[in-house]
Amino acid sequence: MATAAAHTAAGTEPGEAAHPAASSARTAEQQAAFDEAVAADERIEPRDWMPDAYRATLVRQIAQHAHSEIIGMQPEANWITRAPSLRRKAILMAKVQDEAGHGLYLYSAAETLGTSREELLDKLHSGRQKYSSIFNYPTLTWADVGAIGWLVDGAAITNQVPLCRCSYGPYARAMVRVCKEESFHQRQGYESLLALSRGTKAQHEMAQDAVNRWWWPSLMMFGPPDDESSHSEQSMTWKIKRHSNDELRQRFVDICVPQAESLGLTLPDPDLVWNEARGHYDFGPIDWTEFWAVLKGNGPCNDQRITQRRRAHEEGVWVREAAAAYAAKHGKATA
Amino acid sequence: MSSSTDWPLWEVFVRSRRGLSHTHAGSLHAPDAEMALRNARDLYTRRSEGVSLWVVPSTAITASSPDEKDSFFEPAGDKPYRHPTFYEIPDGVKHL
Amino acid sequence: MTATPTPAAAPTPTPAPTSAAASAQAAAPARALPANVAALALGDDALVLSHRLGEWAGHAPVLEEEVALANIALDLLGQARVLLSLAGDEDELAYLREERAFRNLQLVEQPNGDFAHTIARQLYFSTYQTLLYGQLASGESELAPLAAKAVKEVTYHQDHAEQWTLRLGDGTAESHERMRRGLDALWRFTGEMFQPVDGIDVDFEALRESWTASVTAVIERATLSVPDGPQSGAWTAGAGRQGLHTEPFGRMLAEMQHLHRSHPGASW
Repeated sequence: MATAAAHTAAGTEPGEAAHPAASSARTAEQQAAFDEAVAADERIEPRDWMPDAYRATLVRQIAQHAHSEIIGMQPEANWITRAPSLRRKAILMAKVQDEAGHGLYLYSAAETLGTSREELLDKLHSGRQKYSSIFNYPTLTWADVGAIGWLVDGAAITNQVPLCRCSYGPYARAMVRVCKEESFHQRQGYESLLALSRGTKAQHEMAQDAVNRWWWPSLMMFGPPDDESSHSEQSMTWKIKRHSNDELRQRFVDICVPQAESLGLTLPDPDLVWNEARGHYDFGPIDWTEFWAVLKGNGPCNDQRITQRRRAHEEGVWVREAAAAYAAKHGKATA
Repeated sequence: MSSSTDWPLWEVFVRSRRGLSHTHAGSLHAPDAEMALRNARDLYTRRSEGVSLWVVPSTAITASSPDEKDSFFEPAGDKPYRHPTFYEIPDGVKHL
Repeated sequence: MTATPTPAAAPTPTPAPTSAAASAQAAAPARALPANVAALALGDDALVLSHRLGEWAGHAPVLEEEVALANIALDLLGQARVLLSLAGDEDELAYLREERAFRNLQLVEQPNGDFAHTIARQLYFSTYQTLLYGQLASGESELAPLAAKAVKEVTYHQDHAEQWTLRLGDGTAESHERMRRGLDALWRFTGEMFQPVDGIDVDFEALRESWTASVTAVIERATLSVPDGPQSGAWTAGAGRQGLHTEPFGRMLAEMQHLHRSHPGASW
């Protein structure tokens, strides 16, 4: 059992199973206490009683988030060996490293719910759990690294900042750390794009091309429109989620438009226009057919990403076995 | 669920600077204590967050149960006389 | 990318420089100073090994090791930037020199291989760096301040390599065999480390003794034996410090330099 005593959910007490009536009364009481705590904006901690569906939703969401971090290393790592200056190379390496670290924080948060990292990785590798579809797009030029930092990380931060107040304590705490560290990711992306935009003609074109390709997929990162989102409502009640997909998407668009202007780059949407009445930017329709197709596995890089992940895991088996064997041999094993 | 490649979980405590106590930072996997300490250094102090580290096997932690919350923690709630604000001192009395 | 088949020490016979070679040559006069020769040798070591470790990103055997390898790569890249800046412009030196102008050891340019191979390379090189920087730090050369900072970093790299050598050597039968193969395969690149370098006032023979003692102790604790083959190749023309590299290095540089070279004069 890999989960800590400190993490294990409160188990069935001795004799409880023998009294189903007493047990169901107790569950109702626990449910009430849980609802009250969530409503009062208190945090739920690992050993607290929680509804099975709440636990399952959290495991699914945190796992998907963790998977996104480690799959998300790939498109950017693609450019580490070709970074055009040593300064950019150091920045990129540190960023990709952070993503591994964020994956680790998040897997740890998921483990507090009684699911081991090994199990979650298994589900990722076998396609039973997903990661953010954005990482199924390729990084074709150096400018894509900048565009990912500005747009993809920007969208991620918009999504993640509210998660720092998520009702589940370990997830919220992991997100505080992640958000703190991610703020450099977005800034470095913006700075890199700015250098390209103000650089040579070829560099400027490279930057514009990258923004053209990443803009729409970034908007899709907020998930399907509110009226089609299957998990949203319950997650809002549970305070796992604090804002709707469309609300966050709008916030992101409003932030990006002036930033694009400062960059001297154009967002590829002819319908993008300030709406005085709404106090927001209007934007054109999102191609949800593409979103669903990529999600279902038909993106440009789905196979490539998961194959690489699986290979790294499989090629690491002998290493992990060796260290475990060494620990056992030298009496260093803990369990 | 445990296989030969499944490394145990460790809890990491970081002292952020001298004079402060170690605080729980998170957890990680490692095959043994030596590696746990190193992994903790790489993961939890790469932005100069710490000057000292503890790693503890997660299984070694015994935690109070939320079910015992009432009997454990509530009895302390009605003893305000343990706090200095309980006592009234006339205005003008200093150093008290 | 073809290398000029002339050893670096000999005069260049037919100067028909490309624009890239020209800008590398522009930096040449400054580099002839002993301190610059030293900075370039050590800087190239760090730059090239950092690049190789960077290739692990997304491929490490376990997530914790992604973070560990990246930390080492970042330390090395930091060292490289300081060292190359002592010898000239860091980016010009990294991106615009031809293969034959690089002065790194052949050891650090060796492809990653499996994790054991990488760890063997780390063990050999980090032990060398720790001993070398330890001595430089207590000296009075221009490199002393850099060495004083770097020695703390490389001591950790050495510890990392040692911990893994022990676990792989004394882990399972498979890991034992892989670790043995890694140590053996790279052994013939270790002799080059003890070639004297201009501008580095260190007793390299004494360094070799300390290195051998340290590496031997780790390898034996890992239930393996120190390889018994020769520590250098039979090619008398020289090795990395003379600008003679192994075939994979040209390809590594092609990948590393192509974007920078595709946009002459651009800033990033």
